[in-house]
Amino acid sequence: MEGRLVLLGGGSSGVSTTESAVLSKVEVVSEACSYPAESELELGLGLSLGGGGGSTGNTKAANSSWGECGRILTAKDFPSVVSHRTNNGGSSSVAVSGTKRAAETESVSHDSGSPTGVSSQVVGWPPIRAYRMNSLVNQAKAQRGDELESGIGEKDKPKDALKKKLDYNGKQTSSATVNEKAYLGFVKVNMDGIPIGRKVDLNAHSSYEGLAQALEDMFLRSANSAEKEPLTMASKLLDGSSEFVLTYEDKEGDWMLVGDVPWRMFVGSVRRLRIMRTSEANGLAPRFNESNDRQRSKPI
Amino acid sequence: MGSSELKRSKDSVSSDESARRSSFPDEVLERVLSLLKPHRDRSSVSLVCKDWYNAERWSRTHVFIGNCYSVSPEIVARRFPRIRSVTLKGKPRFSDFNLVPENWGADIHSWLVVFAAKYPFLEELRLKRMAISDESLEFLAISFPNFKALSLLSCDGFSTNGLAAIATHCKNLTELDIQENGVYDKGGSWLSCFPESFTSLEVLNFANLTSDINFDALEKLVGRCKSMRVLKLNRSVSLEQLQRLLVNAPRLAELGTGSFSQELTIREYEELESTLSNCKIMHTLSGLWDAKGIYLPTLYPACSNLTFLNLSYAALQSVELAKLLAHCPRLKRLWVLDTVEDKGLEAVGLNCPLLEELRVFPADPFDDEIVHGVTEAGFLAVSFGCPRLHYVLYFCRQMTNAAVATIVQNCPDFTHFRLCIMNPGQPDYLTNEPMDEAFGAVVKTCTKLQRLSVSGLLTDLTFEYIGRYAKNLETLSVAFAGRSDWGMQCVLGGCPKLRKLEIRDCPFGNAALLSGLEKYESMRSLWMSACNVTMNGCRLLAREMPRLNVEVMKEDGSDDTQAYKVYVYRSIAGPRRDAPPSVLTL
Repeated sequence: MEGRLVLLGGGSSGVSTTESAVLSKVEVVSEACSYPAESELELGLGLSLGGGGGSTGNTKAANSSWGECGRILTAKDFPSVVSHRTNNGGSSSVAVSGTKRAAETESVSHDSGSPTGVSSQVVGWPPIRAYRMNSLVNQAKAQRGDELESGIGEKDKPKDALKKKLDYNGKQTSSATVNEKAYLGFVKVNMDGIPIGRKVDLNAHSSYEGLAQALEDMFLRSANSAEKEPLTMASKLLDGSSEFVLTYEDKEGDWMLVGDVPWRMFVGSVRRLRIMRTSEANGLAPRFNESNDRQRSKPI
Repeated sequence: MGSSELKRSKDSVSSDESARRSSFPDEVLERVLSLLKPHRDRSSVSLVCKDWYNAERWSRTHVFIGNCYSVSPEIVARRFPRIRSVTLKGKPRFSDFNLVPENWGADIHSWLVVFAAKYPFLEELRLKRMAISDESLEFLAISFPNFKALSLLSCDGFSTNGLAAIATHCKNLTELDIQENGVYDKGGSWLSCFPESFTSLEVLNFANLTSDINFDALEKLVGRCKSMRVLKLNRSVSLEQLQRLLVNAPRLAELGTGSFSQELTIREYEELESTLSNCKIMHTLSGLWDAKGIYLPTLYPACSNLTFLNLSYAALQSVELAKLLAHCPRLKRLWVLDTVEDKGLEAVGLNCPLLEELRVFPADPFDDEIVHGVTEAGFLAVSFGCPRLHYVLYFCRQMTNAAVATIVQNCPDFTHFRLCIMNPGQPDYLTNEPMDEAFGAVVKTCTKLQRLSVSGLLTDLTFEYIGRYAKNLETLSVAFAGRSDWGMQCVLGGCPKLRKLEIRDCPFGNAALLSGLEKYESMRSLWMSACNVTMNGCRLLAREMPRLNVEVMKEDGSDDTQAYKVYVYRSIAGPRRDAPPSVLTL
């Protein structure tokens, strides 16, 4: 196993809807943006972390092109970052196959008489058109942006208070600005060793490659070149061969390695980015780090 | 024209008796029937007698085909020689929710080939859930010189290149309506393909697309298409750009804005407000992506004649919605996100007495942990204030039997009742009982009910009620419900007008499936997935009912004796020949 972090391009296209792999909400979204013309491209990037958002080892037909690259590391390999959803009581059994098991889970939820978070684990449920789902991904992201950026953790903070900070002559408070930018897909990017951060528009990219390229352009050509900065950060920022690794904070506040999940899922859950020194990336991807150390040979 | 004359004289020569019986010349009968529009009425008319059948088929200009596999294009062309407008629906509805494999079928191309030969003067094509490629779009664009209207809803398989072909070649285009499709967006240059001489567009809806379009091209297009009445922009169009477009098109009846959130200066705000206030005849408003509460007041003057407001992409809060609705007294249809919460729905009840349709979509359908969205209280509030309500689609996380009973008492005229309690199998949250009585109340009270979607914890009792009381029910959607075959048997044994039955994740098996043998021929289709139906049951059905197509979608790695997804539909075209390997026709 090579252990290089290779970018995944876009969604898990080509995934047949008859796959029994459970699909989180995001899986549904990524399926929605899968188009036949892209399918071959997106699955052929070689070994990388994760697979179509799969929390199972289901590597059926659509994943067959991955098989030859060795073992696919999935979210299960990183217990600290597994979505809390799969830990909901009684729901974990649903995580194995989509609609088939739902009937069993139904009986579970009968007994408990309370929501168990099943709806996020069942294919095609709730019944909302794929197109609308895509739009909702962006809406939900923006809403979470409200709560996070105002620095409040509580869930019942009235959202109206934040909206009032805008006034129509264009002046905006910083939290409102961020709020707006969240709608438009701008997220903050900070790089270790550089005090001033940047912002990148996620909606301007449709893949991890595009994003990586933009970030490399940004930080390679940054105005801070006077400072000690790795000029040869390398175009391989994200394949593990540089001193840096790209990470992101998701909407639950966890720091994750970029590249695991389909692009659209990533866009839907990312709050901000950090270009982190690989040496600090422990705990995010233990296996990855080990092999990365072995791999890395060029000095920075 | 010549051939039709010939046909008619042949008919009258060969049957003197019928000429004596009928006092109308064929021409008169055809003229009268040509005024008849609803396709069901036309079907009834065609059954009266041979003369009427012929008159009807010669006078029909629009054909509606609810299941593209129920008939073949050749059969359609043979029966109806003078078609100018076609509406076709393809995949089963659950394909919208990714339950149908991508290569399932419903490809338009074979239809287009026949139409090009038989209906060279075709003007309109409206497709829903069909697969359409760029090649097909290009073929369409060049094969029909009179082509006027293209509407694609929930289709897939094409890219913006196909739209470019339409824009380039369709000189007489009046309508281009691209809605909620899985379109591969390769960029916005397609819009620039409309030639400078092109001025006929009346309806342009590209809200579906995400890429930036060339605004200059759009502005010029809107400027020269003086008859434009429907314009629905995509999210890439900013507020400032919207204002510039509206200056040229104040007579729009339907407007879909782009993104409603750009930073505006005071002057720009006032300009927008002023331009919008000129849009007095607007009756439909949509778009409003990322709508900022502070900019909504610019819309107020444009809302006085509004009958349809689609806020389902604008995450408004209750206060914002309330303020907006105060300016929409004539509202009949409202679509919102559940970010408006119950308080927002109270405002609906207070401000919109004429409301007939309400759809509440979940902003965050998968996050069960955050308590937000709408509850039974919101639905109740609307029902108290809006007695004319007859169409509802409501996504919520909790509901009670008592609330639903009250709601249908307030609004007994429901024709479409689609309630989605998002957690599968959830009971009445106050009493912990099944939701049987809720849907029982719906079917008992709402005698005009045509469409029902059920949810929550349901036993067979719900289906007993449905079978017994829902005399006008045509479409029933069931998920995660029922206890035994008896439930489905009740529905198939009752519901005389049932046409579409779609079921997923229910404990219905072969006995239930086979109890509807005769019924399926009077229905358009049956869908059953993740139920307890086996291959043997399906084979038996196929054997007993040769005029039904029984298709089973195989699931990788599943038990070979189980029929995981079953789609049954009546057809006069026989089994289809374009099924992919994963779909077995029995």
